Amino acid sequence: MNIHEHQAKELLRSLGVDVLPGVVAFTPAEAKAAYGTLKSPVVVVKSQIHAGGRGKGKAVAPDKFDATKYDAHTGAYSGPGVTSEKGVLLCKSEADVEKAATGLLGNVLVTKQTGASGKKVQRLYVEAGCPPEQEFYAAVLLDRAAGLPLLMISPAGGMDIEEVAETHPEKILKQHFDPDQGLWPFQARRAAYFLGLEGEAFKSGAKILTALCRAYVKLDCAMLEINPLARSGDRVFCMDAKLSYDDNALYRQKQSADQRDLAEEDPKETEAKKFDLSYIALEGNIGCLVNGAGLAMGTMDAIKLYGGQPANFLDVGGGATKEKVAAGFKIILSDPEVKAILVNIFGGIMRCDVIAEGVIAAVKEVNLKVPLVVRLEGNQVDRGKQLLKESGLPIQTADTLADAAEKVCASLKKK
Amino acid sequence: MAILVDASTRVICQGMTGAFGGAHTKGCYAYGTKMAGGVTPGKGGTYFEIEAAPTGGGFDGKQPIPAGKLPVFNTVAEAVKKTGADATMIFVPPPFAGDAILEAADAGIRLVCCITEGIPVLDMVRVKQALQRYPKVRLVGPNCPGVITPEACKIGIMPGYIHKAGDIGILSRSGTLTYEAVWQITKSGFGQSSCVGIGGDPVKGTDFIDVLQMFQADPATAGVIMIGEIGGTAEEEAAAWIKQHMTKPVAGFIAGRTAPPGRRMGHAGAIVSGGSGTADSKVKALREAGVQVADSPAEIGRTMLKALGRA
Repeated sequence: MNIHEHQAKELLRSLGVDVLPGVVAFTPAEAKAAYGTLKSPVVVVKSQIHAGGRGKGKAVAPDKFDATKYDAHTGAYSGPGVTSEKGVLLCKSEADVEKAATGLLGNVLVTKQTGASGKKVQRLYVEAGCPPEQEFYAAVLLDRAAGLPLLMISPAGGMDIEEVAETHPEKILKQHFDPDQGLWPFQARRAAYFLGLEGEAFKSGAKILTALCRAYVKLDCAMLEINPLARSGDRVFCMDAKLSYDDNALYRQKQSADQRDLAEEDPKETEAKKFDLSYIALEGNIGCLVNGAGLAMGTMDAIKLYGGQPANFLDVGGGATKEKVAAGFKIILSDPEVKAILVNIFGGIMRCDVIAEGVIAAVKEVNLKVPLVVRLEGNQVDRGKQLLKESGLPIQTADTLADAAEKVCASLKKK
Repeated sequence: MAILVDASTRVICQGMTGAFGGAHTKGCYAYGTKMAGGVTPGKGGTYFEIEAAPTGGGFDGKQPIPAGKLPVFNTVAEAVKKTGADATMIFVPPPFAGDAILEAADAGIRLVCCITEGIPVLDMVRVKQALQRYPKVRLVGPNCPGVITPEACKIGIMPGYIHKAGDIGILSRSGTLTYEAVWQITKSGFGQSSCVGIGGDPVKGTDFIDVLQMFQADPATAGVIMIGEIGGTAEEEAAAWIKQHMTKPVAGFIAGRTAPPGRRMGHAGAIVSGGSGTADSKVKALREAGVQVADSPAEIGRTMLKALGRA
């Protein structure tokens, strides 16, 4: 689960990580007031969306936004309705702040990371300005192979770290650490030297890197990325902060419940979570309902091999019930792009006849208008297939995964 | 011969008195696994009753199930002492599952299969560190279907009847996709030596290479199916190992070619980040190592049989 920059910074501040003073604002008036509260001659007004590349993004009025003018490769937008040339703006007066806020709030921000649909800006973070003399990169993440968390830093700040890793691997330092021990002092010193810090700034650097590692553990992060980490004089602080929680640990990160911003999530994904279903919206038009994550991915792959495009990833769980299948169906159909549905259930533990009943009930309830292909396999498969047949509903059955993928793709071509 | 488990393996269940643990204890018992008992703190001294049934048992799921009575213990140490169990399957809820793994290791259990899904990653980091003190313990999972040697021993949640004894080893990060491969092999008239679900989490006890080593050394295994998915670099590392050490034919499949980057595809481990962990890089590495990689999950079985010269 991702959270906003301002939320991440509040958490980090409470854990002894140096961040600049800032105020969150939901309206231009609140942003204007924040300028006064911060008592800083220069402030930075930052769009709060769950995507990066904000500084180079453009805000566009939603009614004038033309998604076809978005270049997915560069993230550039060349269409009409631009209300702000940047998603992050430097302001030197109350009036400046108000103008910046008006250009951003309620508009769609498109960046390299948002995709063609962009993200609506619904909140801003107004932060005291502090011009950086140096910018670095810092991230704490999991090294799966080592089975340990890892601090990764680079003196090449503000840059795309994947690019640095490829072109200048010597500019990246990695330090593994034990979650309960944290970063050893020698590791913190080594890291601070690696960034080229000296004197008091060296001490600040070692301190903030140690604190970031501690925060990563304390907050059960999946990823904590500070890009850039900045130095101004003797001070080393977070200019940006991107934090995502380990979803498995949300139960013990109680504050995360209040930090969830439903506006940033696909409503279909939110609905799916209520039923303990794993759903991810995709761009295609063939809805998929599958049990098990691996088989769900495999089914999407098979659809693509037959020339179709999956509209979603939906795992109803290894032991799905009739109710879950029905709920999954409704979520898939709430996507207007869906023109056909493929159900692929390998009934291991659960029985195929129960699944068939769930499918039949859902089809009747939602008054299905698109072609439906169902492939059942495993436990009580004959009974399941018979039920589908006897239902008199326009359901095509398939015997194998290949057969199912082929049939669902063919059903679209007929039209 | 097979790997990890055979007909002599004695199994306990941690979390047997929970709904999920209880159901699968019955399932393993019905299959014919030597279930020796279970562990639930506070319920020691009671018994877990299994009713007789006219059908649903045996390797094909069509035999009668005999009545059974499995003892419940307060600790794994006591269960091991009283029953001689050498393997466990864990269904304990996520907040307590890490502790359950270590309790089993400390009690001298040889094979720990953790079925539980949703354990915090940092808990697994801590468990893996602590397990270094128990070098003889093999942890499989978490978030996995378990281990089966068909017609001998089933530990976990996989449907037993789709399996058949044979000479093809199967290892996978996914549950139902494994069943798909198993079923394709069984329907073609062949069978499996052992099947190991290593689990979908980023930090886990057993990885591809561990199991590949076992299959390579197992005289009862003629060929191996390896099913991977996007995220991490374990498949690439396995490919390098296969290239150097594996003499048996390997067929593979990588799920998630169509998955968008940055999203968690059901499994916590299945996230493509920053150009690494993509399906294409994994397929390429495996093919370069001589692995026959199926393009479609529907072709996994046939790809294996072809590599073995049987189709």
